[in-house]
Amino acid sequence: MNLHRFANPARFLRIARVVTPLAGWIAVATLLAGAVFGLVLSPPDYQQSETVRIMYVHVPSAWLALQSYIAMALAAAVALVWKHPLADLFVKAAAPVGAGFTLLCLITGSFWGRPTWGAWWVWDARLTSMLVLLFLYVGYMALAGAFDDEERGHRAGAVLVLTGIVDVPIVKFSVEWWNTLHQPTSVFRLGGPTIASEMLWPLGLMVVGFTAFFVWIVCVRLETELLHRKIRARLENTPA
Amino acid sequence: MNFIALVRRDLRLALRQGTDAFVSLLFFVLVLVLVPLAIGPEPQLLARVAPGLIWIAALLSVLLSLERMFQSEYEDGSLDQLALSGIPFALIVAAKVTAQWLTTGLPLLLAGPILAAMLALPNDAQAVLLLSLLLGTPTLSLVGAIGAALVVGARRGGVLLALLVLPLYVPVLIFAAGAIDAAAAGLPARPHLLLLAGCLAVSLPLAPLAAAAALKDALR
Repeated sequence: MNLHRFANPARFLRIARVVTPLAGWIAVATLLAGAVFGLVLSPPDYQQSETVRIMYVHVPSAWLALQSYIAMALAAAVALVWKHPLADLFVKAAAPVGAGFTLLCLITGSFWGRPTWGAWWVWDARLTSMLVLLFLYVGYMALAGAFDDEERGHRAGAVLVLTGIVDVPIVKFSVEWWNTLHQPTSVFRLGGPTIASEMLWPLGLMVVGFTAFFVWIVCVRLETELLHRKIRARLENTPA
Repeated sequence: MNFIALVRRDLRLALRQGTDAFVSLLFFVLVLVLVPLAIGPEPQLLARVAPGLIWIAALLSVLLSLERMFQSEYEDGSLDQLALSGIPFALIVAAKVTAQWLTTGLPLLLAGPILAAMLALPNDAQAVLLLSLLLGTPTLSLVGAIGAALVVGARRGGVLLALLVLPLYVPVLIFAAGAIDAAAAGLPARPHLLLLAGCLAVSLPLAPLAAAAALKDALR
């Protein structure tokens, strides 16, 4: 695949005109359906009773928190190697969204941990590595905005995002490498999921919904940024 | 040869300026002196918290010296001259890291055991403390070099540097303090030390490359 086919902002805007509303409506439909199935129709857990419903927000946001970091790291590599103009903008557009998902994951996890573990927070490997991920997002945003030259901010940020990628496998495998209070993975595992299908379906819907929401909001942010640049370029070229 | 010349130049600069090299060490000592004053002088309590606190103090004192690593040479233009010299950028970074470690990491190795004894750390854990400092502080300097290179020319670089580098220091802190804790409790410290050595083995070749990439951008 030739990456430079997508480097043209005009072509991106043409594609985005289709993708953005599509992703937006998929997000609305699946999030509504997932919420109804997850919060009302799915059964309470035999051990955790109603608190299990927090999972329908917690797991998708954790998944998206990691996915958006991986996507940012790939885009950062593309931006550094091929000087792809849209890749830098993607990293910048996705960072606050990923940070939001990470925060949502930590907060919902905390609400779940209070009744289940009896503590708002435990210093377990999964929770700690997720907190580090939040700091990486925040650090990227602070660094990218710390330079007068915008390009320099993008490139410095890209190097930081690539360095921080070491945290992603630590988050992913923390529940296997250490004896954590956080339970091990129960959906994507060898030998199939260990979660009841009445709960797996709403969870799947929510994951699709969260992903579609991510695509939608990143596309909107990218379009806005490109239009912003167009306006600025036009203003600079207009004789006073 | 270039490498040794660069290290010698940086060391000479550090020694001529005198105070610079000792500020980090003094900071390390002062932070640890504050501990018994803040939490009380009971030896059992101090011995329990000593491994973690020694490492937090080490982290902060290395962090303190990072901002100067490239910033002053960037401002006076000597970094531009080094860039024009044709020496590979990663090698320049490696030389700077070596000099930085010799002036800030190595003194911690000398002061660490004395302060550990003052904090009532058991004698059996002293050797492990030294080993953890020997394996851990170079990683701090290496990873810190990436952060230092990234914030060259940034607004409020110092605060930003802490925000970028401290999360990346987490693994070193965990394994190093874990090793001393294990030794103090009479358990084998070897697994922790091996993981610490692993961190060093990964950052030794990769960190100079990442820092060089960041520095190149700063000079454009």
